[in-house]
Amino acid sequence: MLQNDTPITPELVASHGLKPDEYQRILDLIGRVPTLTELGIFSAMWNEHCSYKSSKKWLRTLPTTGPRVICGPGENAGVVDIDDGQAIIFKMESHNHPSFIEPYQGAATGVGGILRDVFTMGARPVAAMNALRFGSPDHPKTRHLVSGVVSGVGGYGNSFGVPTVGGEVNFHERYNGNILVNAFAAGLADADKIFYSKAEGVGLPVVYLGSKTGRDGVGGATMASAEFDESIEEKRPTVQVGDPFGEKLLLEACLELMKTGAVIAIQDMGAAGLTCSAVEMGAKGDLGIELDLDKVPCREANMTAYEMMLSESQERMLMVLRPEQEKEAEAIFHKWGLDFAIVGWTTDDLRFRILHKNVIVADLPIKELGDEAPEYDRPFVRRPVPAVLKAEDVAAPADYAEALLKLVSAPDMASRRWVWEQYDHLIQGNTAQKPGGDAAVIRVEGHEKKGLAFSLDVSPRYCEADPFEGGKQAIAECWRNLSAVGAEPLASTDNLNFGNPEKPEIMGQLVGAIEGIGAACRALDFPIVSGNVSLYNETNGVGILPTPAIGGVGLLPDIDVMATVAFKNAGDVIVQIGRDGSHLGQSIYLREILGREEGAPPPVDLAEERRAGDFVRGIIRSRLVTACHDVSDGGLLVALAEMAMARGLGATVSVPASAATPHGYLFGEDQARYVVTVDASVLDAVTAAAAEAGVEAKVLGTVGGEVLDVAGLATISVAKLKQGHENWFPEFMAAAE
Amino acid sequence: MKSAVVVFPGSNRERDMVAAIEKITGHRPVTVWHGDHDLPKVDLIVIPGGFSYGDYLRSGAIAAREPIMGAIAREAERGVAVLGVCNGFQILCEAGLLPGVLMRNAGLKFICKEVELRVETTASQFTKGYAKGAVIRSPVAHGDGNYRTDDETLARLKGEDRVAFRYVANPNGSVDDIAGILSEKRNILGMMPHPENLIEPLNGGTDGRPLFEAALSAVA
Repeated sequence: MLQNDTPITPELVASHGLKPDEYQRILDLIGRVPTLTELGIFSAMWNEHCSYKSSKKWLRTLPTTGPRVICGPGENAGVVDIDDGQAIIFKMESHNHPSFIEPYQGAATGVGGILRDVFTMGARPVAAMNALRFGSPDHPKTRHLVSGVVSGVGGYGNSFGVPTVGGEVNFHERYNGNILVNAFAAGLADADKIFYSKAEGVGLPVVYLGSKTGRDGVGGATMASAEFDESIEEKRPTVQVGDPFGEKLLLEACLELMKTGAVIAIQDMGAAGLTCSAVEMGAKGDLGIELDLDKVPCREANMTAYEMMLSESQERMLMVLRPEQEKEAEAIFHKWGLDFAIVGWTTDDLRFRILHKNVIVADLPIKELGDEAPEYDRPFVRRPVPAVLKAEDVAAPADYAEALLKLVSAPDMASRRWVWEQYDHLIQGNTAQKPGGDAAVIRVEGHEKKGLAFSLDVSPRYCEADPFEGGKQAIAECWRNLSAVGAEPLASTDNLNFGNPEKPEIMGQLVGAIEGIGAACRALDFPIVSGNVSLYNETNGVGILPTPAIGGVGLLPDIDVMATVAFKNAGDVIVQIGRDGSHLGQSIYLREILGREEGAPPPVDLAEERRAGDFVRGIIRSRLVTACHDVSDGGLLVALAEMAMARGLGATVSVPASAATPHGYLFGEDQARYVVTVDASVLDAVTAAAAEAGVEAKVLGTVGGEVLDVAGLATISVAKLKQGHENWFPEFMAAAE
Repeated sequence: MKSAVVVFPGSNRERDMVAAIEKITGHRPVTVWHGDHDLPKVDLIVIPGGFSYGDYLRSGAIAAREPIMGAIAREAERGVAVLGVCNGFQILCEAGLLPGVLMRNAGLKFICKEVELRVETTASQFTKGYAKGAVIRSPVAHGDGNYRTDDETLARLKGEDRVAFRYVANPNGSVDDIAGILSEKRNILGMMPHPENLIEPLNGGTDGRPLFEAALSAVA
């Protein structure tokens, strides 16, 4: 075990993920050689995960404000006004590296971490989602990782008691050595009762709450900021272990304590545990913090100061408390069987001072720990965007019915029922739209009709081909999915997963995607209020597909008008909203049927996106629509098939003579498009409204029967489609057992 | 029409249960803390779902040994209605108030979905609002819902008409498709499915309502 006076060698510095120039910066800042504990603190504060040193310059360009934004990035989560004096508090965060090393605990603690971010601010979590990306289904590790991650997500969320209502699961060989686990959580609070991390007042007690500190996760944030190689198995001890039961107790105890008015500032212990949380509270409040580690509740004997400061043991909080309410606060925590310990004080000297066994083991300037973290303007190159692939240059399928069946049964397209049936998506009794639709919807507790919609989206293959258009598309699709249930998109959170930013082409992806996200957020009034950046997602030098996952929240004033994707009534007229499809570059059709991943992705015309979305939301809210689905992966025909399978009801449609190529029309992934169904009696009203709104609306056919019939091209039973769609996932996973 | 919902550390459907009972009856149940030794005088005691003590030992095993369980046993003995749902069912079994045990689902995975239940008896204050043999919908959400008991007890349960609900399509491997059982005096019902999560149109149905309506009207 390393002691605090361990000599600081270049090897030791390097093993903390600090570059020589970064170490020099430390020497210049403190004017002496750091102790081991201090080195650990710097490595925790200055790694990519905590400091955003490669991305900060670009993140600043994102729009983060708006009439409904109460609190943007910088706190534990973003806070958005949802009327009636209420706020929704949400964020998404990655737990990629830990989940690859130890899938169950990695995913579980990812969920735990994001839930804590939300309830630290005084909100009761009401919805969770996950964006999961795995390697190729053929890769020998994939099943094991899917199985572990899904049970980890479920194991934590189900026990904690939050409904897991949506998300994404995708497969691609570029994630073979580096899966992505991005966890989203949202909570409800009164808009005037939000809790922040800024400490106020000198000489006030700093209180440690929750579970005890162990050696798990020591150095986790540094590990998460490094690339992987074959030695990865050796990093298992850096993965934390989750205790959802402890977290549930912590939630109830924190919310109960917050009601008493005793809490001045609160911060959860996430990445880099005690170090990050204490520095954050002090630095934000222009205060120093002194911690006495002898008072920290420990799970293991003989822990060193270094270990305590870097432990990432879960289910812990740090709080600055009104001293006169100490007894009251302690009683609440003891009632819930949790640790409550005064471990330090706020000071006026702006130092971060750590005592252990009556010795000062660290004494650092608190503001500089955050403010003086290195910030890089890393060189980047923009790769040329591939040429647009014309539909005429892409082969049509020999058999459209067979192609459709193959598409809806493809690993990326098949039903995710196997996954979400392992998540409790019904708990709390407010789930109005279950997983499987365009967006999940929950009712806001205490209201009869008010609802919130949630969606997670990104198309990494688009981002790989063109980071800027791909970034735009991720925002546009999220916004579209919220609109497709009738919700007003309010704000979003971004989880930017990329490779090694020290490579100019990877940095170029990050820059391009952020620019695209920013452009779309501005055009759609959909600000980013929180987020997380995960870089160095590479194994043996190969980066993942650029994956800027977007989580969005929308408001639905009346859940009775909410739209769902399922066809409802035979005889309903099917209407396409938006332009005809023709864009096959980077499409699912091109990849799954022809085995090609080529071309430019579909461009996103943001003005068109907005017109179409506002129009669709309007007709949903006017109760003119019986079903609605956005057109995305797989194009129009897949959208129709999904609507048919959701109800077991067929449709008859035709390809208009105006379509340049039938396969471009049916499988093109052009953006800003929806399919709606309407009762024949309101068709004229809908098309007239569309004309007025400047949105194309075209009758495709009618709902009815048991087959999906595309005049002259394909006839296939809905039951057969559904069989393929539902069976892929369970059959794939069963093959492992 | 008074009811109580008992909260253990790790209970997590207590809010669902309180909301459901309040919506159905207009009366808000009192919540009772696990460490209490006494219960208020009520007509229905509910042990809600969740993961009491994290289910870290055996589902319900630790909760079953809490002080409040003595009070529940006394009230049940007096004839007060006791409903245990999901973790509540597991706790009642562990406490010996119902026979049998709930084991890991046969598929070894947590299952959350809507299932169909057949109402097997109407001879109880919980089930008299349904028609015998009726098929009702109900969500399940559990990892340990595989009901097991010895042959002799199973024969008794069947002989005494104490199987309250059976699964139409067994999701968890329970013996004889059992989803819920009654105590000897028929005033304790333990069931894995969650009737409290199907009580209003928002949930997609109201098949859970008659259970609460009957349980609380019986004593009104």
